[in-house]
Amino acid sequence: MKYVDAAQVQKKMNGRILKNNILKTLFLAATLFGLVILAILIIRVLLQGASWINLDFLTGKLSTSADRAGIMGAILGTFWLMVVVIPVTLFLGVGTAIYLELYARKGKFQSFVQTNIANLAGVPSIVYGILGMTLFVRALDFGNIVLAGGLTMSLLVLPIIIVAAQEAVRAVPQDLSAASYGMGATKWQTVKNIILPAALPGILTGSILSLSRAIGETAPLVVIGIPALLIPFPGGIMDKFTVLPMQIYYWTLDSSLVAEYANLAAATIIVLLVLLFLLNATAIIIRNKFQKRY
Amino acid sequence: MSTLTKPKFDEELTISNDPRNNKDTPKTTVYDTKDLNLWYGDTHALKDINLSIYEKEVTAIIGPSGCGKSTYLKTLNRMVELVPSVRTSGMITYKGKSILDKSFKVEDLRTKVGMVFQKPNPFPKSIYDNIAYGPKIHGIRNKKTLDEIVEKSLRGASIWDEVKDRLKENAYGLSGGQQQRICIARCLAIEPDVILMDEPTSALDPKSTLRVEELIHELKKEYSIIIVTHNMQQAARISDRTAFFLNGEVIEFDETDKIFTTPTDSRTEDYISGRFG
Repeated sequence: MKYVDAAQVQKKMNGRILKNNILKTLFLAATLFGLVILAILIIRVLLQGASWINLDFLTGKLSTSADRAGIMGAILGTFWLMVVVIPVTLFLGVGTAIYLELYARKGKFQSFVQTNIANLAGVPSIVYGILGMTLFVRALDFGNIVLAGGLTMSLLVLPIIIVAAQEAVRAVPQDLSAASYGMGATKWQTVKNIILPAALPGILTGSILSLSRAIGETAPLVVIGIPALLIPFPGGIMDKFTVLPMQIYYWTLDSSLVAEYANLAAATIIVLLVLLFLLNATAIIIRNKFQKRY
Repeated sequence: MSTLTKPKFDEELTISNDPRNNKDTPKTTVYDTKDLNLWYGDTHALKDINLSIYEKEVTAIIGPSGCGKSTYLKTLNRMVELVPSVRTSGMITYKGKSILDKSFKVEDLRTKVGMVFQKPNPFPKSIYDNIAYGPKIHGIRNKKTLDEIVEKSLRGASIWDEVKDRLKENAYGLSGGQQQRICIARCLAIEPDVILMDEPTSALDPKSTLRVEELIHELKKEYSIIIVTHNMQQAARISDRTAFFLNGEVIEFDETDKIFTTPTDSRTEDYISGRFG
């Protein structure tokens, strides 16, 4: 007698296939859910804001009157913020990653730091805002200038950059660094000549992605206290500033007073989204161009 | 005891390999190992190793997987320290200097002792930059000097004719066998005294293996070579002396001819006749 009963198998066949198809549809729906919401959001924003985007809007100064308001100040604010965030996070982030991966002895200290970096990545951004206000705005008495905002944002994205850089450094094949050590190279010579060049694409990709996080983040800057209506353009990192997401926040907040502010907010969202898409595209191009040459 | 016939490779090679041909000149040692013990954490990987490596000879280290032969090789240039939780006791002297002391600079040691790895591992750089890497990290900047080193090293590794017209191309475009000879050339570029080879032909096809073996035979005129190999025919073909490792111990160390024809330990005989390992 056979253990596998052909008639029984045949009877259950259709049920099994049906179950498979139902689940396939369910998973597809889950996938589409996010996409559909994103599409609705983009269409909504485009309908509301696209007609408000013109050269005057992009290059003009802020104003209380909706049809004269421009966002050049916020664009420049975002730019100066990046001038602070990029060097600070790259140096601290890559430095930490290299130390933890290559210099630190594997032990209690290393795993303690590692755990805390993972924890920091999960800390809500508003907590970083409070930290930034306490430390940079008040204790160091910077005031609500670009430098204070930039350092706060740096703290926020640092854990992400560290983890990305660590992964990139770890992905460099060990036999490459072994070959370098084997010829009498010091650790730093090996890092500089072999490990960093090979890890650079991964580090850049991670950095760009976390920079786009810093560009879009609002909560920490709300806590630091960004002026709602700042007319002069920021000219450097010691100036008061506003950024694109802050402007979206204030205009949305005040849209109950002036209905057109909602359109300005939508137009600013478009500008911000284009900026973020460009950054992400750059990250993808870098990744594809330098991917796996070893 | 059964008589084992030594595998023949090349008549001339076999004769010149025989250390008995130059018995009159006493050989000087480059490495002397005394009572070396090594632990990876709790694993006792090397046990009371006593071994001497002679100048301008090829010393083969054979033994089954996990017997400690690669570990021993990597102790000779302290690459073993890249593994966390390694402890050693005992002494290794390189030309009379104790190298396991923490005060001995590993960078200095590895400048005199080059290493060729199991898998060809050229850098993802041009052929030229691969060879010039070692001299550059030791401070040589002069373009003309570097050019000369690159040519000399590539000639030394008998690959100059194959790559001289494409020095600027990425070394990854070469075949596995060529890549391994590039790695040997890269090692020669720091002008070492000793070359450590960790199963250098295990990832190569038979033809490339033969070329590397011929190269090793050439190189021993100027360098002392220590080669770890799984391939007993290879050990018999190219080495002057052979050490047989088993479970972290040196079972037998003698002239290669003796090891392969009249081993004194029955375990050596069992291993080389293919009864285990």
